[in-house]
Amino acid sequence: LLAPELCNYTECLSTMVGTFPLLSVQPTRGLVDEKIQVVVRNLPPALSVTLHSLHHSEDKDLWEAFGHYTSDGQGTVTVAKDASLGGTYEGAEPMGLLWSMQPVPGSRTGLRLRKMDVLSPMVVHISVYSGHMTEGFSKQSPLATVVTERWYMAPDVCRIDIREHGVRGTLFLPPGPGPFPGVLDMWGGGGGLVEYRSCLLASHGFVSMALEYLPHDKNRTSDIESKTYFEKAFRIVQEHPLVIKDRVALFGLSLGASVALNLAAYSKDISPKCCVCISGSHVIPVNKAIGEVFRKMNKDGYKTRFDEEGRVVWRDIILPIPTDLGEKVDMGRIKCPLMLVVGEDDQNWATVESAKDMTQMMRAAGNEHLLTILQYPDAGHLIEPPYTPHFRASNFIMQQTRQKVIMLWGGYTKPHADAQEDCWEKILSFLRQHLYPSPDSVPKAKL
Amino acid sequence: MRAALTASPMLLLHPSRGLIDEKFSLIVQNLSRIQDITLHALIHSDDGDYWEAFGHYVSDATGFVNVANDSSLGGTYDGVEPMGLLWSMRPVPGSRIGLRLRKKEVHTPMVVHISVYRGHMSQGFREQVALASVVTERWYMAPGVRRIDITEGGVTGTLFLPPGPGPFPALLDLWGGGGGLVEYRSALLSSHGFVSLALEYMTPRTSGGSTSHVGNEYFEAAFTVLKQHPQVCGDSIAILGLSFGTSVALGMAVYSTVIQPRCLVCVSGSHVQPVKGSLSDVFGEINKNVRNTRYDEENRVIWRDLLLPIPTDPTKKVDVGQLKCPVLMIVGEDDQNWPATESAEDMKEMMEKAGNSHLLTTLSYPGAGHLIEPPYSPHIRASNFMVAGTKQKLVVLWGGETAPHGHAQEDSWKKILSFLEEHLYRSTDVTSQSNL
Repeated sequence: LLAPELCNYTECLSTMVGTFPLLSVQPTRGLVDEKIQVVVRNLPPALSVTLHSLHHSEDKDLWEAFGHYTSDGQGTVTVAKDASLGGTYEGAEPMGLLWSMQPVPGSRTGLRLRKMDVLSPMVVHISVYSGHMTEGFSKQSPLATVVTERWYMAPDVCRIDIREHGVRGTLFLPPGPGPFPGVLDMWGGGGGLVEYRSCLLASHGFVSMALEYLPHDKNRTSDIESKTYFEKAFRIVQEHPLVIKDRVALFGLSLGASVALNLAAYSKDISPKCCVCISGSHVIPVNKAIGEVFRKMNKDGYKTRFDEEGRVVWRDIILPIPTDLGEKVDMGRIKCPLMLVVGEDDQNWATVESAKDMTQMMRAAGNEHLLTILQYPDAGHLIEPPYTPHFRASNFIMQQTRQKVIMLWGGYTKPHADAQEDCWEKILSFLRQHLYPSPDSVPKAKL
Repeated sequence: MRAALTASPMLLLHPSRGLIDEKFSLIVQNLSRIQDITLHALIHSDDGDYWEAFGHYVSDATGFVNVANDSSLGGTYDGVEPMGLLWSMRPVPGSRIGLRLRKKEVHTPMVVHISVYRGHMSQGFREQVALASVVTERWYMAPGVRRIDITEGGVTGTLFLPPGPGPFPALLDLWGGGGGLVEYRSALLSSHGFVSLALEYMTPRTSGGSTSHVGNEYFEAAFTVLKQHPQVCGDSIAILGLSFGTSVALGMAVYSTVIQPRCLVCVSGSHVQPVKGSLSDVFGEINKNVRNTRYDEENRVIWRDLLLPIPTDPTKKVDVGQLKCPVLMIVGEDDQNWPATESAEDMKEMMEKAGNSHLLTTLSYPGAGHLIEPPYSPHIRASNFMVAGTKQKLVVLWGGETAPHGHAQEDSWKKILSFLEEHLYRSTDVTSQSNL
């Protein structure tokens, strides 16, 4: 066999033996949390190849991942089973071509990959190249390419803009007659209206509202300076004709998780059936308006650190965890099942210490049986739906000052990806368990 | 409006967007234990008709139904049939007669609504509220496949190109007597890595005041379009023909000096035609025997006898003993439209005498009819048919029974892809090596 690097590989091979590599990806169109099977067949045996993924983001950046493989005795590479010998991921990683994606060389710095338009899919080109390449993919012709679509939205999920009573959000309805359980979904201090997680939850059978509570548009004033904004938002979900009134959950990440804990403990108006809190803390000004959070953080701003690359580390701001009960959510007041998800390398909030303290508080109060903690070594702050690329740091605009910094989120790519995959399955299971009970378990007396 | 405490069952269908030939998994959970339910599928076709299928199930002790393992106790299909909700579809009661479900617009998916109903229902689905429903999309075109109109060289067709740089093996895709430009099979083949040209050839051409069928040079031109395409490997072109398309494929493969296919796939067709004849000649032969047309008890046209008996005169059939490439013959044993079984038997005899029968593989399916389509397409035993050119409307009997026909489509498609892969993607061709 001629050394492939010495000639135009495809031409040589197809002229000599009528052989073309066969690259396939299944499913061709999947939900973002569905696994893909990438297989290359029809290669010569023991051939070095590179599997490469490429995505052109909404922000017009290029993201890529790649793995180095050797074809087996039948000339096949099966990404789910074979070990990548190097690249942006190694070992047998069925989804490595997605979660290990990073901006291509020469990109702008501090990028984060997020899908803002959920009505269209993420399009990923998967190619197989001859040899073990680490760069120059755009200058080389691949042996074969296939295209796969990754969707946050299952067919017939309905997207509805919500602008009601001053509340701003987006509601997603699953297909079907319902009724369905509901979720109020809150992101973090980065603000804006982030829809994709809610969309994905609706694709799994939950009515979910993504809530905007920190608008990027400073001209838009809203009455978010109190719990009432969130209570109104919760009621919008609860009162939707397709929602089962007593099966509405709170779902929050980062600041959103703190909001969820605050509401679950103190709201007289709303009663979540269960809560999912990712990368959040109970150490916030207790029972006060959300604006207080920022004022307190500014006060403690002197505790901000910077790493060796000048990136902002905020994890110490809430440390040490106060012993004064007036300075944290009284976890003994939580009456519903609570799932906490925590990355041990979170550099943004001291979530590990918070989780430990929350456990102690609940143990002392006698409601620890409601608590489930998922804690992941070497995972960072931004624990997103599975296969979302990990970034240890990214550009961040400070909410109040609009100053641009690079925020260190923490985490290392492979453990962070594993955490995202593992906790999403457990989150869905938790939500189903508490929001979709089996009909045979509904007490007969209520029928 | 339901009581607020009732939780809906959950329908889990995966993948939610699939290719037409991909299987899906369908699970219902959160039902009551040992509950009677009906799973129902509904399509609103491009033509505005509704097609449906349904199966009766009973949930197990944990409130689960899994279509892959559980048996349908009745409906439009029974037994353990993971894809029964698709291949057993039929027009809803009250529909127009003689319908056929075909996707004209390949850029959009077939949208299927899958619902679960309480009890074992056989009608009245529209009036009843389902317990839950989901939607799945079924696509002929994978992402990245490109569709191109072809009008060059006097040829009318649609070319489908897979994503990637190529070069690729290619297919000339020929449908049958219904005519028109039928794209969906080519779109699907392209989704599997072949350049595929769906060719329009059955509509008679008018030139100089007279109407006639296309001549053999038309097919040669089409083959050349493929051969000269920059992304096609000229040595790796096959012909896939159904019905009349088989006549063209066999005739061209044996007698044309321009068309040298790497292999042939012939579905529901025959080698009976005047030697070196054209399409017009095939029609001529068929018309000679038009008195052999039969009708079934519902007055539907049976055309299978028009080419029977298989002639012994060698000038009346393609000399398949001269075939130099592998041929996959696919035959439905209940084909009421063409004598496909008899033709396949005769071809085998001819090739055994000539010593090239090792090139022939025949797949014969009991209970399958004439229209052996890509998998999970609904089976129709008869449908409206307009004779190309004369515009005469009939109801033609294709044959086949639903379950065996469904299985034939699934099995034959897998084998077609495998056969094409083996001969176009992998084969070491002795002829081309000698050219080096």
